[in-house]
Amino acid sequence: MNRKRKKRVNLPMIFGIAIIGFFLFVAIFAEQIAPYDPTTMMTGYLPPSKEHLLGTNDLGQDIFSEMIYGTRVSLYIGVFAAFIVTGIGTILAMLSGYFGGKVDKVITALTNIAMAVPSLPLTVLLVAYLKPGRTSLIIAISITAWTGTTRILRSRVQQLCEMPFVKIEKTLGVHPTVILWKHLLPNMKDIIFTRGALAVASAMMTEASLSFLGLGTYGEKSWGNVLHYAFFRNSIMKKQVWWYVPPIVCISLAVLGFMLIGYYGQQEREG
Amino acid sequence: MLEIKDISVHFASNHFVQAVEHIDLSVKDTEKVAIVGETGSGKSILLLAILGLLPENAVVTGQALLDGRDLLKLKRKEWDKIRGAKISYIPQGSGNGMNPLLRVGFQVGEPLMEHKKVPKKKAFQKSIELMRQFHVGDEEMVARQYPHTYSGGMRQRAMIAMGIAAGSRMILADEPTKGLDEKRIQMVAESFQMLKEETLLCVTHDLNFAKEIAQWICVMYAANQVEYAAAEEIFQNPLHPYTQDMLLAMPENGLQAGEGFALSHDEYEKGGCKYAPRCRFCETRCKREQPPMAECGGHKVRCWKYVD
Repeated sequence: MNRKRKKRVNLPMIFGIAIIGFFLFVAIFAEQIAPYDPTTMMTGYLPPSKEHLLGTNDLGQDIFSEMIYGTRVSLYIGVFAAFIVTGIGTILAMLSGYFGGKVDKVITALTNIAMAVPSLPLTVLLVAYLKPGRTSLIIAISITAWTGTTRILRSRVQQLCEMPFVKIEKTLGVHPTVILWKHLLPNMKDIIFTRGALAVASAMMTEASLSFLGLGTYGEKSWGNVLHYAFFRNSIMKKQVWWYVPPIVCISLAVLGFMLIGYYGQQEREG
Repeated sequence: MLEIKDISVHFASNHFVQAVEHIDLSVKDTEKVAIVGETGSGKSILLLAILGLLPENAVVTGQALLDGRDLLKLKRKEWDKIRGAKISYIPQGSGNGMNPLLRVGFQVGEPLMEHKKVPKKKAFQKSIELMRQFHVGDEEMVARQYPHTYSGGMRQRAMIAMGIAAGSRMILADEPTKGLDEKRIQMVAESFQMLKEETLLCVTHDLNFAKEIAQWICVMYAANQVEYAAAEEIFQNPLHPYTQDMLLAMPENGLQAGEGFALSHDEYEKGGCKYAPRCRFCETRCKREQPPMAECGGHKVRCWKYVD
């Protein structure tokens, strides 16, 4: 009967961390890992070889190096956009859930409107109007993506506000900022973290879609960008698998990685 | 001094619920008053009304004067300055009375940081002293622990310490002994007895606890105040039939249960005495008219028997 209690391991999350860790490593040490500068032009349309692991593109740029440098841009945009999205979502949710009344009504209405707007067309429109670059991409991605986080966290805040300890803090005259910052925020960190990880995944997807449509960052390589050129230079027709498959794999893996990290806390809760 | 003048509370939701009806009560400085009564009699609502903590659909009328200042007219910002500093609330200690993610010592010292602008470390030291005073635990280690490691009694005493941390002199406690066993109740009672300079208004179900801590007892039944008298008077010479029945139902008096249960608030016939359906002395007049508050031998009592 002496059954040893096995320590529960959150496998999905560990896989997620491993994947993202790998991409982070690649992004940080891109200069050391990449065999070529992704902008130097050599012979075009080369198939994979020892010199060019994934061949070259139409302009004769090394696709492997493009992919490695692309990791930087894709991760940067994904993570920053997610930060902004989660930040805006959390702040709005806390204000709306805690103060209630008119504040809540205004924020809920705003959330509903933002939810009703079709997000991809709006993002495309914004990117077309803003100055091209990383910052405008991030702004365009974040402008409507915060709604889900706000909705979920708002109900969590409302739930927490009904907990005796929050009521007690109010009766002790503790300032709302202290209650929000010290008491509510730590009690929602699992949801915020999960939502944050999912936000990175969806931001990376949006970035890839925009880059694929030719609305991405100019002059900088990202995965979506590589895919854009592969597609518009007919690599699929020409069966140049080495050109169009790697960006698809990288985007899918990174998104999967962040999704898996989103499993944070889930296993413990399910028991 | 806290003067409660003719406070009534009703909830304007789908159907009208009268939760508290015309309560008059005055609590002088350093006096200890207990409000007793069964579940649903409006005790807690009365406390929350005084503290301005009722939900938005509650309509409160009357006055609650704390040193001459009407609490019911205060704005949110004014409340933030008064709550914790001048008037504090000690809630039921069982369950989620404290933030599970913060150390108890920090939480006890929080009102100090808020109202007296004491730095974090000093507030923590002060909270250790307070917790020592209320026998929560002697060592600093206890203050560094998280609420889930505390027993119900410890948590309740820590909350009393939290309530008076910022030097509040008026304490409102809501069923501080709920869910505690006899020994822990005794400990909480001792903690309350240590509050010599503070004024206390305590809601409780526990008559023995009320007897130990209070000088005055207010008995409530179905939103009404039915009797108000000195604690010994209530126990030795109860006047209202409800108070009598309640005392008879105590184990040491033979557990003689009264008749039936209290009706829900909307089932009472308008006009009559609320206790009439269960009262042994019920007359025709009791069913027709609500009795006024009568004075009788130092008691204030709401019963036709004592009106004339």
